[in-house]
Amino acid sequence: MESLTLTDGEQKYYSDLFVYCDTDNTKKVASNGRVLDLFRAAQLPSEVVLQITELCGATRLGHFGRSQFYIALKLIAVAQSGLPLRVESLNSVKDLPLPRFVVAKNEQEARHTAMYPDSENQGSYQGVIPRPPGRGQVKKLSAHEVIQPCVPTVEPQLQPDTTSPVVSPHQSPPTSPHWRKHKRQASGGNVERQPVVVAGAVWTPFREPQAGPVVSGDGMWSANSPPPVQESWVSLKDAHPPSSSTLPAIHSSPVQENSSIRTVASATTTNETQRQSSGGYDDPWKITDEQRQYYINQFKTIQPDLNGFIPGSAAKEFFTKSKLPILELSHIWELSDFDKDGALTLDEFCAAFHLVVARKNSYDLPEKLPESLMPKLIDLDDSAEVPDQAPDVGYSGSPVEVTPNKSPSMPSLNQTWPDLNQGNEQWETFSERSSSSQTLTQFDSNIAPADPDTAIVHPVPIRMTPSKIHMQEMELKRTGSDHTHPTSPLMAKPPDLSEETKLATSMKFVTANSGDGYSSSDSYTSDQDPITSVVTRQRSHSGTSPEGLKVVTAPPPPPPRPHASHSRSSSLDMNRSFAAVPTGPQSAGVVAYPPAVPPRPLPTQTSGPHSGHRSDEGLAAHSTTSPQQIPEQPNFADFSQFQAFAASEEPSDDGEKHPESLPVEKSSEGAGPLRTVKSDNQEERAAATVNSAKGSIMAPPPKPVRRRLKSEDELQEEALPLKSNVIATVLAAQPSIPRSVGKDKKAIQASIRRNKETNTVLARLNSELQQQLKDLLEERISLEVQLEQLRPFSHL
Amino acid sequence: MHQVRLQIKGSDEARYSYSIDVQISAVLQYWSKPKNYPLFIRSVPVQNELKFHYTVHTSLDVVEEKISAVGKAMADQRELYLGLLYPTEDYKVYGYVTNSKVKFVIVVDSSNTSLRDNEIRSMFRKLHNSFTDVMCNPFYNPGDTIQSKAFDSIVSAMMVQAS
Repeated sequence: MESLTLTDGEQKYYSDLFVYCDTDNTKKVASNGRVLDLFRAAQLPSEVVLQITELCGATRLGHFGRSQFYIALKLIAVAQSGLPLRVESLNSVKDLPLPRFVVAKNEQEARHTAMYPDSENQGSYQGVIPRPPGRGQVKKLSAHEVIQPCVPTVEPQLQPDTTSPVVSPHQSPPTSPHWRKHKRQASGGNVERQPVVVAGAVWTPFREPQAGPVVSGDGMWSANSPPPVQESWVSLKDAHPPSSSTLPAIHSSPVQENSSIRTVASATTTNETQRQSSGGYDDPWKITDEQRQYYINQFKTIQPDLNGFIPGSAAKEFFTKSKLPILELSHIWELSDFDKDGALTLDEFCAAFHLVVARKNSYDLPEKLPESLMPKLIDLDDSAEVPDQAPDVGYSGSPVEVTPNKSPSMPSLNQTWPDLNQGNEQWETFSERSSSSQTLTQFDSNIAPADPDTAIVHPVPIRMTPSKIHMQEMELKRTGSDHTHPTSPLMAKPPDLSEETKLATSMKFVTANSGDGYSSSDSYTSDQDPITSVVTRQRSHSGTSPEGLKVVTAPPPPPPRPHASHSRSSSLDMNRSFAAVPTGPQSAGVVAYPPAVPPRPLPTQTSGPHSGHRSDEGLAAHSTTSPQQIPEQPNFADFSQFQAFAASEEPSDDGEKHPESLPVEKSSEGAGPLRTVKSDNQEERAAATVNSAKGSIMAPPPKPVRRRLKSEDELQEEALPLKSNVIATVLAAQPSIPRSVGKDKKAIQASIRRNKETNTVLARLNSELQQQLKDLLEERISLEVQLEQLRPFSHL
Repeated sequence: MHQVRLQIKGSDEARYSYSIDVQISAVLQYWSKPKNYPLFIRSVPVQNELKFHYTVHTSLDVVEEKISAVGKAMADQRELYLGLLYPTEDYKVYGYVTNSKVKFVIVVDSSNTSLRDNEIRSMFRKLHNSFTDVMCNPFYNPGDTIQSKAFDSIVSAMMVQAS
């Protein structure tokens, strides 16, 4: 038997029924007469009943155990709702109304049956459900269950004329109908009042009329309830015997509202009853329209702007008037201040008010905010242990206009309400995540790298199609903007490229570039990590940078690679890209040339670990892009040129890296990427604050790159956008691929190999740089601490 | 079992302190220096609580020493986390101080080597967040013992997780 989850109302209702059927008190209900009568009263075809009994396992067991009984009841409700009978529906059906049983035995708690929303059953509502216990349970809980039928009748109290509608609401879970009804009646009545009070009140009148159809019962109730109903919701509670009407104490203002509320309630009751009939379960915590209207009026007295907030102090005074203990008020506040901002929006205020009302009526406060009380608009970023949830249907209808939207997302939230149930976990998760990700102590602003380059992290798609124009653009962009902007096929994503492995040659410099870009973005991401993690950047850096880098590299979607750089499909892609790429200087070489020589020294020197990291990865990426053909010829030329250039550079890692990688790379593409790398490094350098040397290195690279760019094929172009992501690098490589060897499979494979080598090299380089970065950060931290110690402290 | 105690101590300005002693982790929150009385204490294995109280209280001196040593504005995240205050034979004490001089102290059993520094940091962060939520409650008067259920639940969950 699958596990069955029941709502509170269902639980009570079912247990009552079970008790009723369990005549022998053996906790096991045999298929005795009562059970059968009960099922018959469900007014379902016998086949359905048989199916139900079979589904619940009673057939198997030969009797109805408690669980089987409950399952059977649930299935009855399912069947009555018109849903197919399936085991899965037991727990998946939401807002399932309570099973309705039409019993001819009026004496038996006709109340129950009467409660059913079915108007046609009115006449016959005579509660099959055994409610004898319910009778006595006028207390809150029992009232609920028992009352299911009763309560509904009570609710209509307000509406003497709502005979049939009254019935309909009953359908909802025992508790909810009660509450719902109560709510309606008590314009703003307390939730608790409903179950409890209503139960009591309902029962009494109900019993009398019992035999009569619900309607009459309702009428009676109406008669009985009018007094309570008439009063302000506050007093309404009082009227109910069991309820502890403490409401009056809550606010004096409500009094005047009551009359208006009453009338409103009357009107709404009808609506609600009808709504109820249409709706499913009623949330006991649901706020009725009149209640909400009342709350809104109260809100206005404090804060005229319905879209505004009530500051905590004002709210505190307001709710202190309710004479509830501070601890409870504190708890209510915790529940209702959804976004934990110390202020109450209209929704939050209504929820808080509702809880206060409930508490005033001796209704225990829930541990977490009931769904119906959750603010409609939830700022997803705010912590919220309770998922946002749409209130009952009726409620959502009217309050929507009334309640100001806390955020523009309200409309969407409204629509998503029905789905919020299942989204609860998501909400919670989300909020938890978000709240946890926001650290209160993130005061440091120094987390953000001063380097403007790191400001941009998201990779910009780069056009893979290499072209002189692109290259020039890249060049310009690169110099003009931060590295994270990959202009045309920028290989600036060497780090990521490892998976791309498309552009061998470009890889080389891409790696360098991406190393640059990556470094920047890496540092950026690294920075972000600490920031978000609240852990001081320096401290938590270890591990985050590489991951950050990885992350950065991974996400950036490969620039609009015309040929998605997949190593596997490289040949095809390359062909395509080659075709697309007009230029073809060494396309194959470009791609395939992974700076075999791990520009280890380079990366380290380049703007700190960042660039190195990037370069490393870039190189690696290059190597991985070996599949792509790597135009070699031009690379060589460039390469050497670049190499020379690099050699002339200041002792920057990049320079070394490049030269090293250049030689390693087989094709000229190495040169290309190197150049790119250099430029990237250059950029990285700017971003990195660690090594000035790196910076110097960076500077030179762009120059040669630029030069080369003009003459280079896509490689150069690719090189330019080094700053961009690794993917760009890969993409850049791609264009080169098509250019060059497209047809030369062997060359492609060679380039692939080279790219792979480059990738590994770059990866190593990257890790080393990361380590360096960590060390440097640690150093920095220690230095800063020392500095602070030396500084005379001002306070503390 | 590891014993950790979380203690939140107020800062100079007589803030709130909330101490949580957890078997695995103890959280104590102390408030302001002048008073530095615990706002909240919770221990996971609720035994030796008195010992934890003592430990946390003594660690408060170390906390103050650290925060006075730093000397600059306490706005720096880095400073909020004080790190391992001092290890004893049985346990390690971590400290954290907020901008408002509310001190959090976590005592962890030394045998619990699974708690890394980052984890401790995240615990402090969570504590700080929860504490802020508690403070946002207008019904909460600074200086009162923290009785927020939400706070309790968060602390308990954290300590259980750490154990």
